[in-house]
Amino acid sequence: MTSREPILVIKDLHVAVEDKQILKGVNLTINKGEVHALMGRNGSGKSTLGYTLMGHPRYHITQGKVLFKGKDLSEMTADERARAGMYLAFQYPVAIPGVSVSNFLRASVKAVRGQDVPVKEFRKELKEHLTKLGVKEDFLSRYVNDGFSGGEKKRLEILQMALMKPQMALLDETDSGLDIDALKTVSAGITALAGPEMGILLITHYQRILNYVTPQFVHVMQDGQIVLSGSGELAHKLEAEGYDFVTKEPAVATQSRT
Amino acid sequence: MSAELTRNAMLHEVGADYDQKYGFSDKEDYTFKSGRGLTSEIVTKISQMKNEPEWMLKFRLRALDIFHKKPMPTWGNTKLLNDIDFQNIFYYIKPSEKQGKNWDEVPEGIKNTFDRLGIPEAERKFLAGVTAQYESEVVYHSIREDLEKQGVIFLDMDSGLREHEDIVREHFATVIPAADNKFSALNSAVWSGGSFIWVPPGVRVEIPLQAYFRINAENMGQFERTLIIAEPGSFVHYIEGCTAPTYSTDSLHSAVVELIAKKGAHIRYTTIQNWSKNVYNLVTKRAVAHEDSKVEWIDGNLGSKLTMKYPAIYLVGPRAHGEVLSVALAGEDQHQDAGAKMVHAAPDTTSIIVSKSISKAGGRTSYRGLIKAYPGATNIKSSVRCDALLMDEISRSDTYPTMEIDEKQVTIEHEATVSKVGEEQLFYLMSRGLTQAEATTMIVNGFFEPFTKELPLEYAVELNRLIQMEMEGSVG
Repeated sequence: MTSREPILVIKDLHVAVEDKQILKGVNLTINKGEVHALMGRNGSGKSTLGYTLMGHPRYHITQGKVLFKGKDLSEMTADERARAGMYLAFQYPVAIPGVSVSNFLRASVKAVRGQDVPVKEFRKELKEHLTKLGVKEDFLSRYVNDGFSGGEKKRLEILQMALMKPQMALLDETDSGLDIDALKTVSAGITALAGPEMGILLITHYQRILNYVTPQFVHVMQDGQIVLSGSGELAHKLEAEGYDFVTKEPAVATQSRT
Repeated sequence: MSAELTRNAMLHEVGADYDQKYGFSDKEDYTFKSGRGLTSEIVTKISQMKNEPEWMLKFRLRALDIFHKKPMPTWGNTKLLNDIDFQNIFYYIKPSEKQGKNWDEVPEGIKNTFDRLGIPEAERKFLAGVTAQYESEVVYHSIREDLEKQGVIFLDMDSGLREHEDIVREHFATVIPAADNKFSALNSAVWSGGSFIWVPPGVRVEIPLQAYFRINAENMGQFERTLIIAEPGSFVHYIEGCTAPTYSTDSLHSAVVELIAKKGAHIRYTTIQNWSKNVYNLVTKRAVAHEDSKVEWIDGNLGSKLTMKYPAIYLVGPRAHGEVLSVALAGEDQHQDAGAKMVHAAPDTTSIIVSKSISKAGGRTSYRGLIKAYPGATNIKSSVRCDALLMDEISRSDTYPTMEIDEKQVTIEHEATVSKVGEEQLFYLMSRGLTQAEATTMIVNGFFEPFTKELPLEYAVELNRLIQMEMEGSVG
């Protein structure tokens, strides 16, 4: 497959939010070109891992470390990580009222690429991605995530990923809140962006998206640790048997999401 | 620099370049400067120097009497209000002998000041007429010839009174009587300068007219008086800006602005208030909107120590429409107590109030508003929206909405939000590569966008630049 050159190395990662320990020793290595799925119940710590990797100021590493392209992430702010090639597609993207999608995209692309992109060129690039994602052009003049449907929000996350061309993409529940058509479009977007230079971590509760974006590795998280890892087949087993078989704890009814 | 340090540094840099850009002062070289304090002798002297008709002198002296009798407001920032030392203020300064019709006729020092403030440049680029007031008098005035030919009158208020006494006497103080409040009484007694605009029936002034107000002397009191009359079916957009030097002691700006929109007329009045932080800005602004007319106050408050200003619209004719769109930015040692009043006195009238405020570095913003509906004002609609944004834990924002509805068939909506600059918004933008300062600026500009998009492009750019400087400070 690939050169197995690690892009992200997570070693014994412990993370706390306001003194509450959430991650309790996560180990995971993602090589260039690999797609990993991180599954688990709600509250198992999946999203915490995403936020921590992106540098959310409220998530504190209490033990262990993360190497991104061989460099320790702990001293880097979120914007520095973004400029270094890390990307997080948010589960719940935040609205920025009054800021148009096009202004926002231009500013972030300029920040991440380190130089201004000529307006004409940028427009052309944008248009191509919009067509692929099935989004109309008036999308660009709307305010960022303000009054967006779930599908529109997730499309914008993928659009940003396409423009920012990250080396490591963390996709947090990108499938949640999508109908089947939107899921297909968004999945196709992710697949089109994946490549030999990029690592992808798909954080998901359901196996559904994995029908469209195929991971080589599947990990199951429980109580702040990865308790089981396997090949893509593992996802199917989870789908069939639920999360119960990874634990001896009594089953807890999982909340349905709409 | 840690995120927390950066943030604090940013907040302390608020308005850091005001001194250099606007806060400079000129050497005083005046034709006349009154002594400090307020007396009937000074009021009489002002009127005499202006060769005013007898009725105006009487009006002034009566107003002075009212001012002395009226107590200070017992609401708003009473502490700061009671700190005002009325006997320490200079009530009248005449900076030059005559008014210039071109900039070469304006005294050198004053001309340089307005150059530095970019007024002649703006005039050349996108204005149809300009008045520039320095201390108590308008020192420069111009209007495009084509407008003059169409019969549009755009003068300073003093010239307006001299040249069009009949129109002035008919409308002056009919919208805001001297006795309206303590500060309208004060203005009525010592007013000087301001703009007089009369737009003939059916004439549309598509390019904005602008007035710029500059205070230069320490402890100056500036009391301009503006009257705009839009005859049936006409349109005018008037823009005012203001700045002052930064001093350690207080100055006072107390204007009275009256607008009259006759049947089917449309007046838009835009203010970018950027006084230095030692200026009290206590202004009364009110419009009367007749049948099918429309009045808009677009009101931006960035500067001053204390602003108390509530632009009002009296909707007196059926189907009249009023809008107040205001933004306020309060930094350290600033209180922006602003708002709006809509008085529905006729059926089918509609009004919209949108108020956006930002408080930072211990600054305070207040929204104070009134919606009133008289009996018989059926089928009216009014919507009020107040959004406040707090940048930190030490700043403050309050909302004081009042509704007096004496009619049943009405639709009133009121919505108020207070939010903190969200950690989640900052994180989202920073995860897209923007620095904390860039992210903060983007959030703030977005918050003000409903206001900014209503400004002429040049002003919108300037406003965004001001906000950017205030948010970023010296953080590179």
